[in-house]
Amino acid sequence: MSVTQTTSLGGAHSPAHEEHHHESPTPIGFWIYLMSDCIIFGTLFATYAVLGYSYAGGPSPKDLFEPGFVLIETALLLISSVTFGVAMLRASAGQLGSTVNWLIVTGLFGAGFIAMEIYEFNHLIHIGAGPDRSAFLSAFFALVGTHGLHVTFGLVWLITLTVQLKIHGLNEANMRRMGTLSMFWHFLDLIWIGVFSFVYLVRII
Amino acid sequence: MANDAINPYLGPVSPIFGRLTWDWIPYHEPILIGTFAGVALGGLVVLALMTKFRLWGPLWRDWVTTVDHKKIGIMYMVLGFIMFVRGFADAIMMRAQQALAAGGAEGYLPPHHFDQVFTAHGVIMIFFVAMAFITGIMNFVMPTQIGARDVAFPFLNNFSFWMTVAGALLVNISLFIGEFARVGWLAFPPLSGKDFSPGPGVDYYIWALQIAGVGTTLSGINMITTIFKMRAPGMKLFDMPVFTWTTLCANFLIVAAFPVLTATLALLTLDRYVGTHFFTNDLGGNPMMYINLIWIWGHPEVYILILPIFGVFAEIAQTFSGKPLFGYKTMVWATISIMILSFLVWLHHFFTMGSGANVNTFFGIATMIIAVPTGVKVFNWLFTMYKGHVRFEVPMMWTIAFIITFTIGGMSGVMLAIPPVDFQLHNTLFLVAHFHNVAIGGVVFGVYAAVAFWWPKAFGFKLDDRWGHRSFWLWVIGFYLAFMPLYALGLMGATRRVNAYLDIGWQIYFVVAAVGVVFILAGILCGFYGMFYSVMHRKELACGPDPWNARTLDWATSSPPAPYNFPQTIHVRGLDEFWRMKKEGFKWSTHYQPIHMPHYTAAGVLLAAASLVFGFAMVWWMWWLAALSFVAILVIAIGHTFNYNRDYYIPAEEVAEIEAKGAAA
Repeated sequence: MSVTQTTSLGGAHSPAHEEHHHESPTPIGFWIYLMSDCIIFGTLFATYAVLGYSYAGGPSPKDLFEPGFVLIETALLLISSVTFGVAMLRASAGQLGSTVNWLIVTGLFGAGFIAMEIYEFNHLIHIGAGPDRSAFLSAFFALVGTHGLHVTFGLVWLITLTVQLKIHGLNEANMRRMGTLSMFWHFLDLIWIGVFSFVYLVRII
Repeated sequence: MANDAINPYLGPVSPIFGRLTWDWIPYHEPILIGTFAGVALGGLVVLALMTKFRLWGPLWRDWVTTVDHKKIGIMYMVLGFIMFVRGFADAIMMRAQQALAAGGAEGYLPPHHFDQVFTAHGVIMIFFVAMAFITGIMNFVMPTQIGARDVAFPFLNNFSFWMTVAGALLVNISLFIGEFARVGWLAFPPLSGKDFSPGPGVDYYIWALQIAGVGTTLSGINMITTIFKMRAPGMKLFDMPVFTWTTLCANFLIVAAFPVLTATLALLTLDRYVGTHFFTNDLGGNPMMYINLIWIWGHPEVYILILPIFGVFAEIAQTFSGKPLFGYKTMVWATISIMILSFLVWLHHFFTMGSGANVNTFFGIATMIIAVPTGVKVFNWLFTMYKGHVRFEVPMMWTIAFIITFTIGGMSGVMLAIPPVDFQLHNTLFLVAHFHNVAIGGVVFGVYAAVAFWWPKAFGFKLDDRWGHRSFWLWVIGFYLAFMPLYALGLMGATRRVNAYLDIGWQIYFVVAAVGVVFILAGILCGFYGMFYSVMHRKELACGPDPWNARTLDWATSSPPAPYNFPQTIHVRGLDEFWRMKKEGFKWSTHYQPIHMPHYTAAGVLLAAASLVFGFAMVWWMWWLAALSFVAILVIAIGHTFNYNRDYYIPAEEVAEIEAKGAAA
């Protein structure tokens, strides 16, 4: 028995109705992805909470972390979030050139943050406080390094999107991509605030 | 196969081949050479046949690059069945070994081989059989149940599937190049650390699961988004079929739990590759940290597998009882309760860790509480059947067997939830019997039920009834023969994962279990033969869109469904919309509109192929190849984002043509 053959009333649905259009599922899908990413960070935070005091006779946070250095690092990332916000405003206003410029500024701040982090890691490994020194340092490198990898990935994405904006302008697909990259960027900022507070600040006070 | 004399850390590491040397090719292992010859021969036959019948083009165009959720669902099922054969071969080997190796006899499997077999069996059955099956069923059924054209992110769906395949391939490569892990399916450190497992086995394990895990997580995100954003107009959350609800909850669990697995395995990877100290015995590491983390993923994982299957049984019970589901709302709330509670019980997997009486009590009680919503479900299925016109078709037979078997398995689970009892039964065959009781009695029975139930929808003809019943009875008898003796053995103190034992008195139980496996083998063969037989007799077995007189929208499409599923958008007015439509004599309008569809793409399979190479290179320390394949992944992924031409419209005339054909069939 086929549905097409069970004919009589003709159905309750208007035959001439418009094809039903769903709004883009991308923002909510990407948001769910961010929440799953958040759980990866949650696992790493938990690991740091458990292992963060296992120095194994090695250096402790007070021996290693410089508040001023981390503060500048933090400032760079927070400012990059503000500049991304400006880029979004420019994009909504339809100003392509200005959007691209602000994205480039954002990228420079992000790159500055990564450069400082690489410098810090390099320095720590150089003085014998690498990830293989103690469980505390393993947990430190894993958490901060994972955040750094995310920001690096964000930078690759940002460069890609800038090129795509140059090619296609502020069309619907690119606006959607701006939106998701913006969510990603602010999300990393939020994670960093956690890192700054729990990994550095609390442990050097 | 690992020769124990080989220590890779002392062996040569070549700049080109990493630590891969001829010693890692198991040409001195007759069992593996035989397997390899069989696989190679079978593979060549398949390749030759495909070339002869010119199937490569259609395979690539219609299947490999497809973004159609139905085809992806079917491919997941094919993957599941192929890996099931592999995992079941491992089971046969273990049962044969343990039936022989009593009272000083050594059997035929040396310990290092036996350890790989039980590890591979567990890993394959959970990650590449059960996960593949439930993802396949969810993919095939859920979008049509909510009246959608496809999932929210069709490309991502294709990519997820191929990542799962890449992981499965990596596990199978380990059979012939190197070794697989010898550490049990969850690879507890310090055994899985580099000091005690220096070979590539654990690395195969890690990379296979990480690659497949990417697919699983993305698929979870995709399904949730689909349910939230792609429902037909008018369908409220409490109008969704129960299977869609269980899919939603299972995917919430995937998105919440799999990142923990990803992070945990990444930390183990760092321990093995970089020399960190997360789970080591020295420099502050804590192996129990791993066991906590892995079970924070691991316990929700068992509900990821069983929840969709609960949904399958609900659909089948209501269809074959000719009644609406009893207690729809309680069913939904029970599902949600299980979803939440599943995150609060992980510690019951290691009561013996010594967390103290208070902690153990909390987790013991939390575990017992899960039995309450599960009990609600059991009674709902029973009351659905009560006073119904129950038709004992094959899917319904599996459902009845499930209700009985799963209840027994659930009760032994509640026994294990009592910490003092668990101290006696921990790591014994009682536990093995328990989780096979719920995994086979739940997931496997459910998969067979689902295949019998939705096969006509997928292919337009039913599965042969007699072979279905034969497979069913052999399976059920085989299951009880194979696993009830293990309960007894566990109570007698037989521990899991031993390849030989001294007590001759245990042997008869192992022999009975081995006989059970022979029955199961016969059941599996009958199942496969039934599929073959049905394909050969597809003309006689042909059926319409709604062969079972079902209630949900997945049966409103033609069989097999058109690429766009529904020629027109359905406006949903409540639960069991399709039932209402049938009552009202619904028919599709002949006034068709163009339908918006996504393009097929090769990006997913290319990304997965590059990931497979990357995983292999990492396992063998071929750093140049790892770098190269990583760059390839980036280039393909970024290149794909430069493609802005993602979709097209099927013209109204073509829709009309397809529908005219469907109506004629």
